[in-house]
Amino acid sequence: MTILVVAEHENGAVAPATLNTVAAAAKIGGDIHVLVAGQNVGGVAESAAKIAGVAKVLVADNAAYVHALPENVAPLVVELAKGYSHVLAPATTNGKNILPRVAALLDVDQISEIISVESADTFKRPIYAGNAIATVQSSAAVKVITVRTTGFDAVAAEGGSAAVEAVAAAHDAGKSAFVGEELAKSDRPELTAAKIVVSGGRGMGNGDNFKHLYALADKLGAAVGASRAAVDAGFVPNDMQVGQTGKIVAPQLYIAVGISGAIQHLAGMKDSKVIVAINKDEEAPIFQVADYGLVADLFEAVPELEKLV
Amino acid sequence: MKVLVAVKRVVDYNVKVRVKADNSGVDLANVKMSMNPFCEIAVEEAVRLKEKGVASEIVVVSVGPATAQEQLRTALALGADRAILVETADELNSLAVAKALKAVVDKEQPQLVILGKQAIDSDNNQTGQMLAALTGFAQGTFASKVEVAGDKVNVTREIDGGLQTVALNLPAIVTTDLRLNEPRYASLPNIMKAKKKPLETVTPDALGVSLASTNKTLKVEAPAARSAGIKVKSVAELVEKLKNEAKVI
Repeated sequence: MTILVVAEHENGAVAPATLNTVAAAAKIGGDIHVLVAGQNVGGVAESAAKIAGVAKVLVADNAAYVHALPENVAPLVVELAKGYSHVLAPATTNGKNILPRVAALLDVDQISEIISVESADTFKRPIYAGNAIATVQSSAAVKVITVRTTGFDAVAAEGGSAAVEAVAAAHDAGKSAFVGEELAKSDRPELTAAKIVVSGGRGMGNGDNFKHLYALADKLGAAVGASRAAVDAGFVPNDMQVGQTGKIVAPQLYIAVGISGAIQHLAGMKDSKVIVAINKDEEAPIFQVADYGLVADLFEAVPELEKLV
Repeated sequence: MKVLVAVKRVVDYNVKVRVKADNSGVDLANVKMSMNPFCEIAVEEAVRLKEKGVASEIVVVSVGPATAQEQLRTALALGADRAILVETADELNSLAVAKALKAVVDKEQPQLVILGKQAIDSDNNQTGQMLAALTGFAQGTFASKVEVAGDKVNVTREIDGGLQTVALNLPAIVTTDLRLNEPRYASLPNIMKAKKKPLETVTPDALGVSLASTNKTLKVEAPAARSAGIKVKSVAELVEKLKNEAKVI
């Protein structure tokens, strides 16, 4: 049994989500190979070769793969997949974009966002915004799976010494082209990898008021997230959304500020170790999942909290 | 150009579902059902393309039970021109739905297919990408902006790091994210008019589509419940608890 992990990488580095995905592969058991597809990704491949538990790194270095366009990357993965028992990718927007295309080309159903490995063919995954957990068995010859990174503790980024092998295949479907991107720039930790997350909701009132959360976050070394309501209202950009269809986070500490606690939001953060809710409405559903609730005006409580931590 | 929109009948997003006592699934008896919210956004986008003169005809399709006619009628009331129901009582996985949609695409030859990025019941986020694979079309998933320009469509996508724009050759597949648009409500006159719009029913057999899946759900359980904690009286008490009790700061 050999497992292929499609690596996520950005700015010449292996993304942390790859380490959680390798951890899921290790739970399944068998040899683990990692595919690094992109352009000028030799450095990424070398880093991937050091990931604990990885036996081999396949590197597809070609202009066709530069922005991970699924029309080009999926045929590459399909071509390689035939020799593997499982193909795994993190359930990032990139993994979600590419892997179902791979599954369909292999004529198998994908298992999305697994949170645990029961056996080599059986996995648990949340459905209905996490209000139910399904145990799903796959009979596919090649099992195609995306991994919810919060379900698996990352393996060590160092310690391995895998062989690096170049893959010659270049698939350029010529159907799509990268035009541009606007990436959020932040010195704060990445939302899905942060130990502490401070999130704001509709109660923040406007985007400018998020400065109170940024100040608190900087004091705590935290990332800043938001509810769908805050993103829809235009307070903050989409990459900050935590929830069923946004980012899934499970930090040590999650501080929800001015967030009522819709089930769609809870789906994205209820696996956090400790949850704090600050809301002036004592009936807000967020208090039903909070370890510590504070009924207060956030515009008084948050600056005070910033002073005291 | 012709636009095909796929919609799914799902449990209403306001319903908190319960797992059945025998762990065979969730209890959907007497539960309010609606169009999947992402599919509503897909219908709205198609209607806006028609209002702009880009789309000439909107065909809405659903793969599911006979009751999904309700959601198709809703889409017709919102502005779709005609509807197709691929009717089956079977529980479907994404690949089966994508295969049924592929058969409809082959027949209808749309230039653009718009789907929701995920259904809020199965939370799979697969069907659009799979349909793109089966048709060989380019895909623009998690769209927050769609602009048709000549023989291409520019799609701005919500990605983890921010936004990405890709140019896709037509025909293409687009899946919607939350910020693409705000769906309208159907007016009463339009609801009445929708009753007279054509709705065709076909079977998967007639389309020559297999609904077999490599996935089998063995059981469905309730998640571990999170118990409510305590209310603190002040910020000072909160900080004390976080430092000394929870030890997370």
